[in-house]
Amino acid sequence: MSTQPLRELLARAFPDASELDVIDRTGGGDHFQVVVTAPSLHGLSLVEQHRRVYEALAAPLSDGTIHELRIKTKGEARP
Amino acid sequence: MRYSEKIKDVIQSSDVALFMKGTPAFVMCGNSDRALQALRRAGAPVTAVDILPDPQIRQELSAISGWPTIPQVFVKGELVGGADIVEELEQSGELEQTLREKLGDDYASTRAEQTVALA
Repeated sequence: MSTQPLRELLARAFPDASELDVIDRTGGGDHFQVVVTAPSLHGLSLVEQHRRVYEALAAPLSDGTIHELRIKTKGEARP
Repeated sequence: MRYSEKIKDVIQSSDVALFMKGTPAFVMCGNSDRALQALRRAGAPVTAVDILPDPQIRQELSAISGWPTIPQVFVKGELVGGADIVEELEQSGELEQTLREKLGDDYASTRAEQTVALA
């Protein structure tokens, strides 16, 4: 899978994101690094922040499209 | 629900529980290794559980924790996160702080690492 469909799923889940990136770590289309910085993550624990990402990517995670997912999230205060 | 009771028991009764692919002596996945190494750097007394012997273990674990990936780290029954979070917390010093708060200042003195087999 290319990074584009994952990017779209994340953009839908985090419409307020100031930073949103998906990197194919190995070039094989199944090991991804996701970076999300968004005000909607502000005040949440890292566990809760990562849960939001997992929820957004539930379909490609459960059907095996994503074999490995690394997540880096940050909640930023609203300006 | 063959393993649920055992999984819950390990989570509740262990100071630090690490559900991983393989064992500390023979790690079968890079992310499990990242979590293990971060916990070791923090001096955590790890109780490791290999989820590979039966796919059912992972399914039941994720149903309990609501966390879809492996590894999973729990401190005193509470989910701390997977490899990314544990690494991040270790690097910022928050992991040691959490361990000290939940296990006491001398938590690292035991240095006990044990492996529990569920299957």
